[in-house]
Amino acid sequence: MPGKVKDYIYRPEYECLSRSEMEALQSERLKKTVKLVYENCKPYREKMDAAKLKPADIKSVADLSKLPFTVKHDLREAYPFGFYSAPQRDMVEIHASSGTTGKLTVVGYTQNDIDVWAEVAARGLAMTGVTKDSIVHVAYGYGLFTGGLGAHYGAQKIGASTVPASAGNTIRQLTLLRDFGATHLCCTPSYAIYLGTEIQKAGMNIEDFSLVGGAFGAEPWTYQMRDELERLLHIDALDIYGLSEISGPGVAMECMQKQGSHVQEDHFIPEVIDPVTLEPLPFGSEGELVFTTITKTGQPLIRYRTRDLCTLTAGKCACGRTTVKMSKVKGRSDDMLIIRGVNVFPSQIEAAIMNVAGVSPHYMIYVDRINNLDVMEIDIELAGDLAPDKVSDIESIKKKVETEVNSYIGVSAKIKLCESGSIRRSEGKAVRVIDRRE
Amino acid sequence: MLVKQLSVFMENRPGRLYKLTHALGKEGIDFVTLSIADTKDFGIVRFIARDNERAYTILKNEGFTVGITELIGVEVADRPNALAEVVQLMEESSINIEYLYSFVLTNHNTAKILMRVNETERALRLLEEKGIKLLSEKIL
Repeated sequence: MPGKVKDYIYRPEYECLSRSEMEALQSERLKKTVKLVYENCKPYREKMDAAKLKPADIKSVADLSKLPFTVKHDLREAYPFGFYSAPQRDMVEIHASSGTTGKLTVVGYTQNDIDVWAEVAARGLAMTGVTKDSIVHVAYGYGLFTGGLGAHYGAQKIGASTVPASAGNTIRQLTLLRDFGATHLCCTPSYAIYLGTEIQKAGMNIEDFSLVGGAFGAEPWTYQMRDELERLLHIDALDIYGLSEISGPGVAMECMQKQGSHVQEDHFIPEVIDPVTLEPLPFGSEGELVFTTITKTGQPLIRYRTRDLCTLTAGKCACGRTTVKMSKVKGRSDDMLIIRGVNVFPSQIEAAIMNVAGVSPHYMIYVDRINNLDVMEIDIELAGDLAPDKVSDIESIKKKVETEVNSYIGVSAKIKLCESGSIRRSEGKAVRVIDRRE
Repeated sequence: MLVKQLSVFMENRPGRLYKLTHALGKEGIDFVTLSIADTKDFGIVRFIARDNERAYTILKNEGFTVGITELIGVEVADRPNALAEVVQLMEESSINIEYLYSFVLTNHNTAKILMRVNETERALRLLEEKGIKLLSEKIL
């Protein structure tokens, strides 16, 4: 374990509150948010009216569980701007993430929301020791995906020199990292490991790099991966958590204790619920993570179900912070896959496949991690009525499936065409995905 | 004057060819020709059976991805350059041969050529004009 990073508390006045101080602050902010969404966001007014709730019924965080949940489907139904609580002209940035049916999940940010995002991302980067003197290399993709800009805003807020390298082109990434003397790296953990393994192949030496730490997220990763990453890059590798619906990276971040991630709960109230009964669970129980944003003004979300399974714990951390910590994400309560940092639903793949003539709707998705990179293979049966005679006809079907899948989900997959009837039919709920990553 | 051929898509894994040949063999279906076009991931088995219609039904029932294709068949003398002459004829008329295979039956002194081209009608006319003997399924 390198231990090169000096973790410091960016905003002690919020990150070290006592539980009662935090709850008092959350209660005030929650009341304001509930009033804001009730008055300005039609879906929330309808949800609350249906539950016979008025904003005045929410007096403190203790009343949080009275409020209805929000799910990804709600956001998609309201595509594109139906979940705004602020007028369009107040939005300064719009992000979007992939949806299950090709429809995107849109998130609008006011200047206030961008400031909140920068603030929480800065707090997170401070845990990995980013200061004004640091050089932060951001190799997350910049764009509609919130990874790139989130890390960027956080680093800028601190005043670090930010290198917006974005994703791709490994050799250029390594050259920039080495020659600019980057102290910190932000990207997906699997890509960071890949960069680490490519250093030697590129004829470079890790001793010539200045890296000390990094914030890695957008996909779940294990402690084994951390060990590997720290060994390869000679850094402290910390887990950053976020989702665009709530804000983006920085919703929670691991401190140097490397035992769970601090949730920025003065901005996002976390809850863990039983995904079946939907009842809130006490600290220490594993369940589905739910967030309520309490400082956003553009598109605040109430009790948004993340589908991520984890455990929350309270209490003062050895780092000095008192904010609630979330464990590593242990899985999903839906069938979403995260492939190379991109959210992928099997239903999206199915929709893509159905656009191609000559194949059947019988498919199986295999996900593996090969040389630390996620690799997806889709086995798909040819249509039963296909007359297969020319090799080029079959190859062109394969090519079409590849192109469709790639353009639908933004991730490439290896396509294997199979004989009709060869993919096992399941009785009951169809098994469409076999995830063989550890 | 075309020859019917069956084409079966086959994944590249052990046991598949046996399954196909056995499915037909146990029903008493006799192969006249059989060839395999293979790629890294899959193959296409092309064959002519003594009873194509029945072979087709059997394979369909067994769940194979099978189709029927019509090929041009010609008979040439079993001597050097006979194949080249047919190929040259196609080439000179800019007809593209998509695939071709040939075989010799031991009790004849002729060779048979089967091919799929991009312009079947034109190729047939051309071969007839040149007096090249065309095959029908019966002659096979």
